Amino acid sequence: MSNLSAEEFQAAVLKVKEDRDWSSISTLIPYFQYLGMELEETGEELICRLPRNERFVGNPVLPALHGGIVGAFLESTALVHMLATQDVTRLPKIINITVEYLRSAKLEDSYAAAVITKPGRRVANMRVRAWQSDRNKPIATASANFLVS
Amino acid sequence: MSDSFDISQIQAIIDTGIPQCGDIGVKVHAMDEKGVTMMLPYDKRFAGDPVRGVLHGGVITTLIDSASGMCIYVKLKKYIPIATLDIRIDYLKPATPGEDLLAHAYCYKMTKQIAFVRSVAYHTDPDDPVANSVSTFMLRSSPTKPLNVASEEIKATS
Repeated sequence: MSNLSAEEFQAAVLKVKEDRDWSSISTLIPYFQYLGMELEETGEELICRLPRNERFVGNPVLPALHGGIVGAFLESTALVHMLATQDVTRLPKIINITVEYLRSAKLEDSYAAAVITKPGRRVANMRVRAWQSDRNKPIATASANFLVS
Repeated sequence: MSDSFDISQIQAIIDTGIPQCGDIGVKVHAMDEKGVTMMLPYDKRFAGDPVRGVLHGGVITTLIDSASGMCIYVKLKKYIPIATLDIRIDYLKPATPGEDLLAHAYCYKMTKQIAFVRSVAYHTDPDDPVANSVSTFMLRSSPTKPLNVASEEIKATS
């Protein structure tokens, strides 16, 4: 996929938005494919799922997912949310992200959802939250800024 | 036992003891009293931009988080259980497609319970960084075996 032209990619993104076929975003972006990220729209909300995968373990004793993977999942969820909900035709660029780790992430499926706290014209500020079996027990939260134009 | 801190020893511990690092191919590049430098070989599987092949921020987070944790072990000369409390990453410029990425991490303050770490990711020149990060880690975060012991046990059973 890495030799997609800019035009092809933009057309693909527009198609995804038109069809509201969010899971296709995963097939467009190589790192999302590596994560095996899946997306589902439940009512008003877009929820990303990171399937259980032993390759993502950072501490095999507990076992716990690598902090980097959890951070990556939060960042990816934010990006997908931006693409899905905002009027953007190219990939928003991440400026920075702060991840707070609240609980050890077990070797099981993880979920995340994002909200846009401030959809600026140039910069969008976002909050993301990830959880596993119990949505009321978040494993990590993040805030991130994206450059949108 | 593997409490000696040379690069090959640490590399062996990472390869079996931190599956995610082994999977993305993270290597220990250099190590001294100023911290540790780790390397992520370029792989287009980790691109966030399918047009140019620029690395996704997430895999940079993983490299920086790994180097940041590792520099605590190096400073302590001991593998105690640690956990990332928080990490802030500024993405300063896109990583150059096709080029390996280095991350240098330095623990600038350590208390009984918490370690404070700075890290910079770059290709060849730390003064021309791709990303900058600060993070905090909890020390002795779980009553479990240290990484080097766990890694040897995994090696023995596999």
